[in-house]
Formats: sequence, C-alpha cells, structure tokens
Amino acid sequence: MTETSALPILEIRPTKGFLSLNLGEIWNYRELLYFLVWRDIKVRYKQTALGAAWAIIQPVMTMIVFSVFFGRLAKVPSDGIPYPVFAYTALLPWQLFAFALTESSNSLVGSQNLITKVYFPRLVIPLASVLAGLVDFFIAFIVLLGLMMFYGIRPTVSVVWLPLFILLALATALSVGLWFSALNVKYRDVRYTIPFLSQIWMFATPVAYPSSLIPQPWRAWSGLNPMAGVVEGFRWALLGNASNPGLLLWISTGAVLLLLVGGLFYFRRMESTFADIA
Amino acid sequence: MSDIAISASGIGKLYKLGQRERYRSFRDLVADVVKAPLRRFRSSGKQDVGASTFWALRDVSFEVRQGEVVGIIGRNGAGKSTLLKILSRITEPTEGLVRMRGRVGSLLEVGTGFHPELTGRENTYLNGAILGMKKAEIDRKFDEIVAFAEVEKFLDTPVKHYSSGMYIRLAFAVAAHLETEIMVVDEVLAVGDLAFQRKCLGKMGDVAKQGRTVLLVTHNMLPVRTLCTRAILLAEGRVVTDTSDVRHAIGLYSGLKTEGENGWRRSVTPGSPESPLVFTSLRRVLSGEQPSLKLQILAELQSLRPHAPAFIAVDILDSDATPLIQAIPTQTPLIEFSSTPQEVVVTINLPPLIPGTYRVTVWAGPHYMTTFDLIEKPLTFIVTDSPQPGRSFPHGTDHGYLVPESTVVVRPLRGAKRTLEQCT
Repeated sequence: MTETSALPILEIRPTKGFLSLNLGEIWNYRELLYFLVWRDIKVRYKQTALGAAWAIIQPVMTMIVFSVFFGRLAKVPSDGIPYPVFAYTALLPWQLFAFALTESSNSLVGSQNLITKVYFPRLVIPLASVLAGLVDFFIAFIVLLGLMMFYGIRPTVSVVWLPLFILLALATALSVGLWFSALNVKYRDVRYTIPFLSQIWMFATPVAYPSSLIPQPWRAWSGLNPMAGVVEGFRWALLGNASNPGLLLWISTGAVLLLLVGGLFYFRRMESTFADIA
Repeated sequence: MSDIAISASGIGKLYKLGQRERYRSFRDLVADVVKAPLRRFRSSGKQDVGASTFWALRDVSFEVRQGEVVGIIGRNGAGKSTLLKILSRITEPTEGLVRMRGRVGSLLEVGTGFHPELTGRENTYLNGAILGMKKAEIDRKFDEIVAFAEVEKFLDTPVKHYSSGMYIRLAFAVAAHLETEIMVVDEVLAVGDLAFQRKCLGKMGDVAKQGRTVLLVTHNMLPVRTLCTRAILLAEGRVVTDTSDVRHAIGLYSGLKTEGENGWRRSVTPGSPESPLVFTSLRRVLSGEQPSLKLQILAELQSLRPHAPAFIAVDILDSDATPLIQAIPTQTPLIEFSSTPQEVVVTINLPPLIPGTYRVTVWAGPHYMTTFDLIEKPLTFIVTDSPQPGRSFPHGTDHGYLVPESTVVVRPLRGAKRTLEQCT
C-alpha cells in the first residue's frame, strides 16, 4: 500500500470563520480557466454576419457620435488633441471595462449548469469572462493605431506603462464583477442594475471630456473612480499630451486594490452557497 | 489503515426550506428586514430552526475501501443526491467531515458544459477540462474517446447538429475516460439507447476491475446488482443499511417503497368535494402466488348527494405510471345512492407479471364519460417472484411486463436426414 499513501488527501468539512483566499487553487485550475476563456471567445461571434467586426464597430460608432455631439456641437475641449483620437483612446479601455463588468456580473448565473454539477474554484468563472474581453480590445486597438497615424500622433516613451493600465481596467472590472456576480446569484436585481450603472459610471469618468475640466483640488480625488485613473493613464501613455496623472493614478490603484480584496473575500464567503441557491 | 479511500463521519446537511426553489429579490430582503424585529418579538427570543429548515442528510458515516464499488440506493428525497453533491464538493456539509484519498472525479451529469455552437472536438476538450482532466491527458485519450462515442465523421460539426444519441454518446465517452482514483457517479448509466447503455455498463465494469473506487447512485437496480460489491441504503437522510449483501439491501429498498402505500384514506367534510360520490378509503390485499396472483381492492365510498348508480374501474400501472392493464369488473351490482358509507370489494385475477413495482389507480362513475371520483396511484404492490417457476434469472421490464402462459415442446423432426455423424 505504499502507492496509495502517496495519493493526495482531500478533506471536506463545513467552512467556518475567516476564509483564506486560496489563490493557489486557481493556479491548479489554470487549464480550465484557459478553456473557458477560449470557449467565450470562440462562441462570441458565432452566427453573426459581421463576426469580429463588431469589436470595431461598437467603439468606432460611439467615437463618431461623441465627436459630432461633444466635439463639434458642444465644443468640449480635448487638451489640444484631435477629438476623435481623444475620445477613442478613452473608449477603448472603457469598453473593455464595461464589457468585462457586464459579462462577469452575469457569469455565475449563466453558469448554473456547471456550478450545480461540477466542483472547481468558482472564481474561475468571473475571471474567465473578464479575460475574454481582451480579444475585442486588441482588435479595436488596431483602429487606434490607424487613427494615431492619420493624425500624426506619436506615442511617447510612457507607452511602456500601457499594459499596467490595461491590467488596472481588468482589475476594476473583476473587483466590481466579483461583488455583482455573487450578489446576482442571490438577488437577480443586479442584472437590471448593470446597464444603467455602467452608463452613469461612464459619464462620471472622463471619457467624453478631459479631466482638466475638473477643478484642481478635486481632480486627484476623482481617481477614487478607478476608471478615471485608467482613462487618464491611457491618454498619458499613448497621446503623451497631458502631464503624468501622478496622484490621481495612485488613488485609483489604491481604490481598486481595496475593492478587489473585498470582492475576493466576499466571493469566497458566498462560494459555498452558490450551488444551493443558484 | 491506508487502504481507506473515503471516510465520512457524521455528515449532515441542513437546508432552509424554499432555499433551493427560488432566488430572492431585494424586495424580499427589505420585507425580511422589516419583519425581523417583529418576528423576534413574537417568538420571544426562541430560535425557530425546526420550522423552516430540514436535514436532507444527518449523521451519515461510512468508510469505503480502495477498489470497492458501492451502490447508494434510496427513494427520491432520501438524501442520495445531497450526499453525492457533498462528496463531489459542489455543496458543503453543514456538519461532519469527509476524508478522501486520491483524485476525485464526479459525474453528476454527462455533457456538463457542452456548448451547442462548438464542434465535437472542441467540446471534448472543454468538457474534459471541466471534469478536471489536463489537456495532455485529453490529447492522449482523444482517439479512444472518439472511437468509443462513434462520432469520428462528425468531429468538426457543431454539436447542435448532432442527434441526441450522438450527443449523449460523446458526452458519456468523455466522462468514461476520466481516470481518477475515486469516481462518484450519478444515474449517468441511464442514457442513450439500450445498446449504448449496455456498453456504458460494460465500461463501468472495467472501471471497477481496475481497482478504482466507485460510488454509484442510481434508481436502476440492475447496475447495483451486477457491479456493486456493497450497497448503502439511505432513507430520510440517514443510513438504514450498509452491507456487502447487495441483494438484501435491494430487497429492503423495495420494501421501503411500499411503506404506507397499501392503504389510503381521506376525510370528507360534507359539501367539500363537488362530486356526489367519493372514495374515503382504499386498501389492497395481494394474495396467491405467481403466476396466479389475486389482487383485491377494498374501497369505502360515501354518497354526499343523491346520484346515478355508479360502477368502478381499476388501472394497473408500472412504477413510472405507464398504464399496463385495466380491470373492468362485472357491471353489476351497481353502487346505488346510500346515506351510509358502503364498501366495494373488487377482486382481480392478475396475469403473470414480471417482478417489479406496480401501482394502482381507482375510478368511479356513472358513465364512461362522467367521473365521480378518480384516485391516482394511491396503492402500490410489489411482485417479487418469477412468473415462471424455475426460471429465476433477474427479470427486467425491457421486454415487457406481462408474461402470457407459454409452454415449449422439443422433439426430433420427422423424416429428417441425419446431418452429423453421431459421436460414440
């Protein structure tokens, strides 16, 4: 029986008190994460006539609408940058965020059939829906490169920070998505909250206008909205117009970390009940 | 000892009533918050655990050795599925501890996570990953899985275009190639057509022979009888029997099924039912031996208003409620209106039956188009013996329920030539 004693031992018992996040388990299930992301991407534009073109159409159309109404008619300032590029640079991370938020919030409810039939760390589900948004993002990014070339804008050295801002956008979406997906299992009201929440959130974020419109003492604090930090970061890294957002970015990062850690613990706490109430 | 694969001690699962059925909305939450102080006031500080909760499983302890194939049987609601969900970590126990040695694979359903838009090949990988297989492992077994499922030609077709048979075969094939030391399996054998079911059963037998530990939950007694080396019978969330005498456990299970179903009774308050004539009590008595069993239905009827003379009919159904035969007793004597309760005795000479559980439905009315009262499946009876004495192989209902009396004669063909030289 030497062979059997080498086998892993699993203990199942009721969870009590303060939970550990057990993120190592997610690592063990990285292949499942990979397959779920892959599935979401594969299935996304099945049976659509335009296919992946949708990833471009959505931000480009929004950009055009913004350019006409905010840029032309309302004459919203854009820090000396052509308004279309100015808006599109912000719309990219915004759409990544909005998409990831919506998908991850609905992800647990949409995966009921998995949750009630198979065990795996449930965190994999919202995580996969957040990551699946990246493909659309990169497709839409190509358009941005075209726009920048058209207007003759060269990125500065600070472009090396771009991946960090993408990560920040994903982390924001995940942290809010964790709260919402877990709440959604119990209270389906969440589903109806998200569309209008993300609309309000967009206007609270300097997507259509520059944050320089916000008076100074408040500008840094607008970073409490992490997406403000992301959008400002994107403009800084790619367009190199404005000064380093500095303090605003730190505040955003801090806010995301708090939300994320809270979301992770809340999610873990609710995890054991998902199968019972889903 | 280290050859214990699963050891469960004192596991219990408490459910709040209604928790499983529906999700909540904020409105309910608000209502609860408003009512909470009131409730506390009313119940004067007492905890009302008993009222709205129930134990789906309580004090369940058992040990399974490595390589054992254990059948978990019990009626609906006995706690089998809850136990399975705890063992496969889908839900948490409320109390108790389970230790499992080895990787655990659970099959509560075949084809979990199959996506209709993805092809057979893609779904194989996705489903494998969901069941806990590594990509390398799926690569290695891929051809074997496809061959088992017999879907080679359609590998690159989205599964939404599959026939239901192909879909199930592929789904089972992936599941069957899961190689964990412990397998927890629910009802998955009951899929596909008969031929494929046999194939699945064979595959499960192979799994058992490889020395892996299998826990099998099912309503179908055939795999339990043929595969399991041990059976655990659950009732009301507790272990009733845990024995290696599988036949004994199955017998007990069949017995459990009839409990309380050889009699039925209801109280009638005058004016409450619409109908003028109603059943108030039904009992059944099964006597005699196969192939000539006699079933008697003793019915008590009460007239509530004057009514036309009525007669009675009895349906006999299988355990899935498919009608098999109906008894149409002699029309007279009719049940006339009476101010006092009456008893009606129907005697049915049953045809020879395949052993199994049968249910009885009773009807009364004045005309075949008009029903006074219909009581569906209040009674159950069980036939245990073979309809043909001496032929005692396990009987199944795959080939029907009724066993007409039949005889056989074997004799030499007259005038035929010798075809073989007789060996001496």
